[in-house]
Amino acid sequence: MARNSSPAGPLFGRIVLWWRVLRQTPAFRITSVFARRLTGKPLVISIPYLWLLLFFVIPFIIVLKISFAETRIAMPPYSPLWEWTSNTMLEVRLTIGNYAFLFQDALYSNAYLSSMRIAGISTLLCLIIGYPMAYGMARSKSSTRNILLLLVVLPFWTSFLLRVYAWIGLLKNNGVINNLLMAMGIIKEPIVMMQTDFAVYLGIVYSYLPFMILPLYSTLEKMDLTLLEAAADLGCRPTKAFLKITLPLSTPGIVAGCMLVFIPAVGEYVIPALLGGPDTLMIGRVLWDEFFANRDWPVASAVAIAMLLLLVVPIMIFQYTQGREMRAHK
Amino acid sequence: MIGKRSLFILCALVLGFAFLYIPIISMVVFSFNASKLVTVWDAYNSPTLKWYVSMFANEQLLDAAKLSITIAAMNATGAVILGTVAGLVLARFGRFGGRTLLSGITSAPLVMPEVITGLSLLLLFVTMESIFGWPAGRGITTITIAHMTFSMAYVTVIVQSRLSTFDESLEEAAMDLGAHPRKVFFVITLPIIMPAILSGWLLSFTLSWDDLVISSFVSGPGSTTLPMLIFSKVKLGVNPEVNALATVLVAIVSVGVVFAAWWMRRQERIRERDVQMAIAANQ
Repeated sequence: MARNSSPAGPLFGRIVLWWRVLRQTPAFRITSVFARRLTGKPLVISIPYLWLLLFFVIPFIIVLKISFAETRIAMPPYSPLWEWTSNTMLEVRLTIGNYAFLFQDALYSNAYLSSMRIAGISTLLCLIIGYPMAYGMARSKSSTRNILLLLVVLPFWTSFLLRVYAWIGLLKNNGVINNLLMAMGIIKEPIVMMQTDFAVYLGIVYSYLPFMILPLYSTLEKMDLTLLEAAADLGCRPTKAFLKITLPLSTPGIVAGCMLVFIPAVGEYVIPALLGGPDTLMIGRVLWDEFFANRDWPVASAVAIAMLLLLVVPIMIFQYTQGREMRAHK
Repeated sequence: MIGKRSLFILCALVLGFAFLYIPIISMVVFSFNASKLVTVWDAYNSPTLKWYVSMFANEQLLDAAKLSITIAAMNATGAVILGTVAGLVLARFGRFGGRTLLSGITSAPLVMPEVITGLSLLLLFVTMESIFGWPAGRGITTITIAHMTFSMAYVTVIVQSRLSTFDESLEEAAMDLGAHPRKVFFVITLPIIMPAILSGWLLSFTLSWDDLVISSFVSGPGSTTLPMLIFSKVKLGVNPEVNALATVLVAIVSVGVVFAAWWMRRQERIRERDVQMAIAANQ
């Protein structure tokens, strides 16, 4: 039943063509198998599949769609992309104005760059603080090790929001740190620490430190210590042995830890909102304000799409290639 | 080997843990402070429990806490079911059409910034409402669905890694003896992955209980979760009732985590003893 020889004309041929294209998609394959045999593997596979398609993939298509719409004051506050103006006229209106706006207004590129900078520096600080801690934990006695591990995990289970909040009490002008320093006579005027970039760095490092320590600890703990003994027997000094053996062997932990800190830190909203000042620009906060304060859904969607392309896609490609490399090593 | 190096490591550990715990400890200490200024210690009237009393009398706070617990429990249960199925599919079903896509979209929520997930789900709910009339308005249902979507990703990872450490021989043996795949799952696989499911449930509960950003996007009027309420309070500065609440939560979590660690160690010891006994019996 080729398209041209179809007896019912070009429309039928087109439907057949569409059918063939549609049949190739995995979602279709699953539904068709599902229809044939209502029990068994396909049913099981389709449960998580359909859930994620509906609540994870389709939402992004909608975000993409709305990022091309125009803002208007209504509910929902954006224009439809297509409209039947009469019975036969379909009017399609796509605007790239939202994206043009992102490029023109320096706010967005600055916010993006400063999120990357803040997240990058915080990740580095986490590594500098976390590495010696993970090292110390991995080299301590096994009874102490378990207690220390528990102490690292404990803050992780307590509320993130409350742990960020705890810093307000410490950092504000009449907070614990300033009161203590003034009582000791070290300073006369309180140091302004709240609503600064410093507070944001502190908040991020504090909140994400356990995410750095845990993967580092697990690689350092697994390390074969006889390698270090061999190096020492051969006259290698401890510092050199550390640089030549321990550090390279802990690279997987370093990479995992840095990813676990950097990724959520870039999109962070709570920490800059609570600890940062009005001039602390972070992309997550910009998106939030665009949505909640300006009620500009199309621009918020455009920010989300830009963030996705600039941040999430590179990370996923990185993860994918890493996974392939790991499989290749096996 | 007590040298400069181990002294440095010791200092790093002490300072590091001090850094992790000083904010929490200060929050706990100042929850007993009588002064409304919270961080200025009122030595005359303190310690006091008055913020605990006013916290437990605060209807708004209790309602928000109840709502959060309800959502967290529903979310954890749903996420565990979905995540277990996804983990099982990825670990045991071999190759099938769209496997790569499935493994991609189950791990994607882990790296997705919360603001994007929140925004996209809200737009989905708005679109669905205008087309199908469901979900009518936003509230407890939409928050639970949103939380399940990102929680199930964590459960999937946990269940999948648990399954990959077990080889399939037990399941194959049961199958060879004529057990139906469904029976194999409930009798063999499920008990094996039970620890993973339990920790997945707890993790999902915590993730949901703790979430502010996604809830703010997909909640509606009248459904203020506890983090949303706390956030609106602390944006205005420190609040003594929040300190009291934090202390209660920290106490509950500490007891829970310590108990869980103790229990896990005990199970481990029992298992080790059993293994040793089995070896001894064989000899």
